[in-house]
Amino acid sequence: MALSDTTGARRIGAPFAAFAVGSLRTLTSIAVTMLGLLLVTFVIGRVMPIDPVLAIVGERASQSTYDAVYAQLGLDKPLIVQFLYYLGDVVRGDFGTSTLNARPVSEDILRVFPATLELATLGVIFGIVLGVPLGVVAAVKRGTWIDQLARVLALVGYSMPIFWLGLIGLLIFYGILGWVGGPGRLDIFYVDIVPQVTGMILVDAALARDWTVFANAFSHIILPASLLGYYSLAYISRMTRSFMLEQLSAEYVTTARVKGMSEWNVVWRHAFRNIRVQLITVVALSYAGLLEGSVLTEIIFSWPGIGSYITTALLSADMNAVLGGTVVVGLVFILLNIFSDLLYRVFDPRAR
Amino acid sequence: MTAYSKLLSGAAIGLAVAVTGGAAFAETPPNMLVIANRIDDITSLDPAQSFEFAGSDVLRNVYGNLVNFDPLKLDQGFQPDLATSWEVSEDGKSITFTMREGMTFASGNPVTAEDAAMSLRRAVILNKTPAFILTQFGFTPENVEETITFDDTTVTITTDKNYATSFVMNCLTATIASIVDYKTVMEHEVDGDMGNAWLSTNSAGSYAYTVDSWKPNESVTLSSNPDFYLGAPAMERVIVRHVAESASQRLLLERGDIDIARNLNPEDIAGISDVDGVKINEELKGRLMYLGLNQTHPQLSKPEVRQAVKYLIDYEGMQNSFLKGQYTIHQNFLPATYLGASDENPFSLNIEKAKELLAEAGVDGLEIELGVREAQERIEIAQSFQNTAAQAGITVNITVGTGAQILERYRARELDMSLEAWGPDYPDPQTNAGTFAYNPDNSLDAQATGLLAWRLAWDTDGLTPMVEAAVVENDQEKRVQMYIDIQEKFRETAPFAIMFQQIEQSALREEVTDFSSGQAITAASYWQVTK
Repeated sequence: MALSDTTGARRIGAPFAAFAVGSLRTLTSIAVTMLGLLLVTFVIGRVMPIDPVLAIVGERASQSTYDAVYAQLGLDKPLIVQFLYYLGDVVRGDFGTSTLNARPVSEDILRVFPATLELATLGVIFGIVLGVPLGVVAAVKRGTWIDQLARVLALVGYSMPIFWLGLIGLLIFYGILGWVGGPGRLDIFYVDIVPQVTGMILVDAALARDWTVFANAFSHIILPASLLGYYSLAYISRMTRSFMLEQLSAEYVTTARVKGMSEWNVVWRHAFRNIRVQLITVVALSYAGLLEGSVLTEIIFSWPGIGSYITTALLSADMNAVLGGTVVVGLVFILLNIFSDLLYRVFDPRAR
Repeated sequence: MTAYSKLLSGAAIGLAVAVTGGAAFAETPPNMLVIANRIDDITSLDPAQSFEFAGSDVLRNVYGNLVNFDPLKLDQGFQPDLATSWEVSEDGKSITFTMREGMTFASGNPVTAEDAAMSLRRAVILNKTPAFILTQFGFTPENVEETITFDDTTVTITTDKNYATSFVMNCLTATIASIVDYKTVMEHEVDGDMGNAWLSTNSAGSYAYTVDSWKPNESVTLSSNPDFYLGAPAMERVIVRHVAESASQRLLLERGDIDIARNLNPEDIAGISDVDGVKINEELKGRLMYLGLNQTHPQLSKPEVRQAVKYLIDYEGMQNSFLKGQYTIHQNFLPATYLGASDENPFSLNIEKAKELLAEAGVDGLEIELGVREAQERIEIAQSFQNTAAQAGITVNITVGTGAQILERYRARELDMSLEAWGPDYPDPQTNAGTFAYNPDNSLDAQATGLLAWRLAWDTDGLTPMVEAAVVENDQEKRVQMYIDIQEKFRETAPFAIMFQQIEQSALREEVTDFSSGQAITAASYWQVTK
């Protein structure tokens, strides 16, 4: 009996231990990666030929004012001491204060990141919903006009400057046809109407059940999201086509066809199932790219996202904001990576 | 955005508008003013700290000063504002202001002489970047209790010298001299910051508007004060939206989603000027574009070379091409519309004359580095100069960098030449005279990096005492003549080749009237605007 109890405990304990070890390994990996990211961005921030003191005091300031701010920022301390102070602050969730707008960087990031998250999520959904079927069909109908069309669409997506496409889109759908909202996240009449919960206006409007605001927000986001989605689509469809071609030329597909399986089942139940893991990587990369923020799209559409936030901060030598933004983007990459790993396990039994 | 991308976007919009005849447009509400502007330079809403254009535009409408300008009568100079009158003491050092009665702050607190005095003291004690506008009168954190005093109805300021009264009064119109609700501000004091952190993102004024919200890089929203002493503003709400891209501003204006677009590039101004329902407003601003020659350079310090450079600039060519409508030729350190401004512009492109001057100086095969900030118009000016200088045998190597990078090297006297812009800090001639033509200690140890003359290592060739004399001259006519004389000598000898003065071109919906961006001397004001 005792032996049986022990075996039972082992049966329960083994997966738990494996889970604990796996989690610990993941957490350690995250911590080491974040530490490396912080160190690299911090050092780059300090060795860049930009003077953060001048960014604060301006060019009119006297030397005494300059020296006071220099000391106040702790720049008179050794680099390693500065880094340790910074590390301590970051661990407490404090990225410092933006020298550009005198607000905590964490507050800024909470304001700009949801705008990017909302835009990127819609963009990548657009890219997946259209890009994956397009890639599959292009592979199945290889060499036909559908394949050529998919190729042209992807080529245009890769090669057209985004600012050009953005402006043309704005001009046609906003300026001429009036089908969508203009630059900005909302018309001025709808700003600050729904309470901010997530910072994503579509979600907040839905939570508040204010469908007028939701519709207005949607009319503003649809164009930039479609634009980003188009670039995402170009990448996803080409990669899907490539993965599918590889599968469709495999022997098991030929065997399935010889056995009389319907083409639908061959393509979707067999070939497509086998490219899901690769597609996860492609989609995750595409999504991460959009979450970094598309600076030009954000500028053209006056979208207050993290891309333009980091760029403005960099050009203004607001190093706290640059570091804070970079850390968040890095964290997003890591989290997406972990999420991809989890999905691998769901879709690929060999990874379990 | 590059010139290529601007060309593409301009062409696209121009073509489509031409084909369609423009889009049908909506309208903003009649009591609301919506402005598209670049507001990413706002660093703080505390008037003791704010020193940027977009921030000044906001604060001009939120805070009153002892004296200020009437936006529709800017040429009349400073006028009574929260003070109704003033008296100057016999020795000329003290000015006593009598406060306007019956005014209240947005909090409901009355506007008192104590608020006025404590606001000025606070600005001096906090000693943020623009504090020099006040501390140049001898106010220090240690002496403000004696030099800035008050009683029930009056405020008295006592300066360390008998400065020209107009100089002192003009400085009191600056943003840093704004009168804040001192009690409210001090209620939010943290760690002895005199409420600076709180006031950086909030407002505590008594003027035409209060700040509802400031979302950095996104928008500023103002609500009107119906009890404003000049009358309730017609525009009950003002929203300034951050729209960085000129083409986007143009589309918003054409669609009627905004009333004013303040940052249109020349291509978009040209494109929109024929659109029905839109008009263009032009105002001279204070910003000057200049070339500075580092006087530690053995060749550039020769008087003939300084002159030669002034003849190697294609002023007309640039004004009439890529700077069209954005800048006008101006070769003096006081912007047009300023007290003592000169309209003499004696230099024009003359390669032969420049060659003669270089030969006189014994300069041949000169190669120099020109530092330029990465702004399209500046790069184009630098390239134009590079081309004309090459015709006289001077090789110009252009170094392009971010504003902070170039500024750092400029202040460290590292660049041979710098292409820079300068905007006045307050509406008095001393603001520019005191930096372009004033440098009492040219030594490296002085580190007077705030003075442009010091940055170029120029001892001003005797202009420093002339500037010191002008700033204490109380006879207005004499003072004006003194600045004209200083500028005449400056034009001939200074290592500054001042080239252009900025014009601000705003595009407005036709129904918007009386908008003023403040010209060269103050910031934008909204309370007088009607639709």
